[in-house]
Amino acid sequence: MSRLAAKFAELKKEGRSAFIPFISAGDPNMEICAAILDALPGCGADIIELGMPFSDPMADGPAVQMSSTRAIAAGATMPRVIELVRKFRKKDNKTPIVLMGYFNPIHAYGTAKFARDVAAAGVDGLIAVDLPIEEDEVLRLPAAAQGVDLVRFVTPTTDAARLGRILEAASGYLYYVSVAGVTGTKSFTEADVAAAIARVRAATTLPVAVGFGIKTPEQAATIARLADGVVVGSAIVTKIAETLGQNPEVVVKAVTDLCTSLAQATHAARPAKVETGFA
Amino acid sequence: MTIANSLRSGPDLTGHFGAYGGRFVAETLMPLILELEAAYEASKKDPEFQAELDDLLKHYVGRESPLYFAERLTKHFGGAKIYLKREDLNHTGAHKINNCLGQILLARRMGKTRIIAETGAGQHGVATATVAARFGYPCTVYMGEVDTQRQKPNVFRMHLLGAEVRPVTSGSRTLKDAMNEALRDWVANVSDTFYIIGSAAGPHPYPAMVRDFQTVIGKEARAQMLEREGRLPDLVIACVGGGSNAIGMFHPFLDDANVEIHGVEAAGDGVDTPRHAATLSKGSPGVLHGARSYLLQDSDGQIDEAHSISAGLDYPGVGPEHSWLKDNGRVKYHSVTDRQALEAFQLLSKLEGIIPALETAHAIAHVGRVAGQMRPDQTIAICLSGRGDKDIFSVADALGAKL
Repeated sequence: MSRLAAKFAELKKEGRSAFIPFISAGDPNMEICAAILDALPGCGADIIELGMPFSDPMADGPAVQMSSTRAIAAGATMPRVIELVRKFRKKDNKTPIVLMGYFNPIHAYGTAKFARDVAAAGVDGLIAVDLPIEEDEVLRLPAAAQGVDLVRFVTPTTDAARLGRILEAASGYLYYVSVAGVTGTKSFTEADVAAAIARVRAATTLPVAVGFGIKTPEQAATIARLADGVVVGSAIVTKIAETLGQNPEVVVKAVTDLCTSLAQATHAARPAKVETGFA
Repeated sequence: MTIANSLRSGPDLTGHFGAYGGRFVAETLMPLILELEAAYEASKKDPEFQAELDDLLKHYVGRESPLYFAERLTKHFGGAKIYLKREDLNHTGAHKINNCLGQILLARRMGKTRIIAETGAGQHGVATATVAARFGYPCTVYMGEVDTQRQKPNVFRMHLLGAEVRPVTSGSRTLKDAMNEALRDWVANVSDTFYIIGSAAGPHPYPAMVRDFQTVIGKEARAQMLEREGRLPDLVIACVGGGSNAIGMFHPFLDDANVEIHGVEAAGDGVDTPRHAATLSKGSPGVLHGARSYLLQDSDGQIDEAHSISAGLDYPGVGPEHSWLKDNGRVKYHSVTDRQALEAFQLLSKLEGIIPALETAHAIAHVGRVAGQMRPDQTIAICLSGRGDKDIFSVADALGAKL
C-alpha cells in the first residue's frame, strides 16, 4: 500500500480529516525550508504539499507568487527540490509528500527522468496545476509507472460529465478547489463546498481534499467536517514572509505555531470515532 | 476542416500544431475554454456573424487596408520592389482591432458582460478598450508597470475609452506578467468575463481563433498583389512578438510554395547577449500561458525576462503555430536589434512619410538586409502592422532627444 493510501486508511479509521500544509520548496531558503519540513509532521501535518517554484505561477495569488519568487532567488532548482525530499525521507518514512507546481520546470528537467527521480527520493504524489486531464497523460503515465499518484482537480466549474472523465484516471486523492479563483484570495461558503463534496462523493470513493481560501483554524474545522483533507498554503507562506530575515528558529516557530493550531482545529472538528467497543 | 497536403489545416482537434499548442491551463478554466471553442466553431458556420464582422471591418475599421508601393524605400535599398500592407491605417492604428472585433462579437454571442485583456505596447489594450466602448462593455486591461511607463500615450487613450488599466507589478512587470494577471482575473471571474487575448498565443482555441481573425491581412495582401503585379510576392515579411500580425499575414501564403516567408524577432541588444526577445532563434520548447511553444527559459525551466525596445515584442514566448512553422522550415525566422530597428524607424519616416510602430520597424530593418540581394523584378510584401505615434517618447529617449 502506498504511503498516501495508508495515510488515508489510517485517518478513516480514526475518523479524522487530514491536515495538509503547503510550503514552497526553498522558501525562504533551502536550510530553513528543510527545518520547517522536518517540523511539520510533529505539529500535526498528515500529508505535505511541497511547491516546486515557478517564475510564472498563473493560478496563484500574491502570497504563493512571492513565496515562489523567494525560493527561486534562494536557488531552489528542481534537483535541490528533489534533494530536499530525499533528506526528509531519511528521517520520516511515513508522512506522504506531494510535489505541487507547474509543468514547465518538470518538462525542462525531463518528464521521464523526473518521474524516476522523485519516486526514488520518496515522493508519493504530484499535482501539476496547468495539466488538465486533456494534457496530463505526459506526466501521469510515467508517474504511474513509478508508483507515484497524479492528483487531479475538481473545481466549481466542473460539471457532472467532466467529473466522470476526471475520475477515470484519478489516483491518490482528489483536490477540490473551493472557489473559482487563484490561491489565497477569495473565501469559500460552507454550503457550496458541502454540496460539491456530496456530488463528488456520490461518484467516487477516492479521498477528497479541499484547498484555496482556507486561512483560519475555524475555516479548517469547517472543511474538516466535510472533506477528507484540508489544504492550507497562502496563510502559511505569509507567516514565512512576515518573519523574513529573522533567526531561523523564529521563522520555523511562526510556521509550526500556525500549523499546530490549524492541525488541532482540523483534527478536533469531528467527534472522536469510537471503534473499540468500549464506549 | 482538413485540407490535404496543406500547411493551413492546423491545429488538430485537440488544439495542437504538431508538438506545439494544446491547453495547459488550470482545471477551473478548462470548461470555459471548451465553451469558447464550441462558440467559436459555431460562429464560423453562422453567416450572420460573418456578415456583421465584415460590415464592422469595412465601416468601423476602414478595411480593406491599402497595399502601398514604397517607391523611395525600394530605390534606397536597390533591389526588389517593396510593398507595405498598411495595417497602420486601420482604426486605432494597428492590426490588433481585426481580432478584437471578432472576439467581442463572440463575447456578446456567449452572453458575457465584462471584458479583460493583457497588453504590451498598449495597441491591443487600446483596440480592446475601443471595441468594449463600441459595444458598451466594462473593460479591464492588464499592463506591465514597465510598459505603462514607456507607453504613456496608450495608457491615456485607454482611459479616454473608458477602460480601467491595471499596472502589473509582479515578475518582470511586462507583457508576460500582464498575461499571468489577466489569467488570474479570468479564473476568478469565470461566469461573466470574456478574455480577449491579442497574441496568437495562449491555450487552444486562442492561437487558431486570433489567427483566423487576422488572416484578413494576408488574404487582402495576396489578392492585392495579384491585382497589382499579376503574381504573388517572392517574399513576405512580418515582425513576430507573440506573432498575431505575422500569422495573419503568412497564413494565406503558406501553401504557395514559391513565396518565401520571413518572420522577424526582436534581438534587443543582440541575440548573443542576455537582453533579447528572440524566442524562436534562441529559445527552446516549453509550456507557458496555456500552450507548448518555444520559450526563453533557463535550464531549470524558469522563464527568462525578454528585452526589446519595442514593448509589443518584449515577450519570452511565441504563438505555437510559429514554433511549428519554424521546425518544419516553412517560415524562416530572423532577428533585428534595438539599434537596427531604431534606424529603420527613422528611415521609413524620412523616405516614405510613414512613422512605423517600433515593432514594425524590425520588419523594415530586415527588408534592408534582403531587398538588395533580390532582383528589381522581384517583389516583397511587408506587413506594416502599426503606426509609431505611440513610440515617439521611447524613440526620443533612445535618441537622446528631449520632448
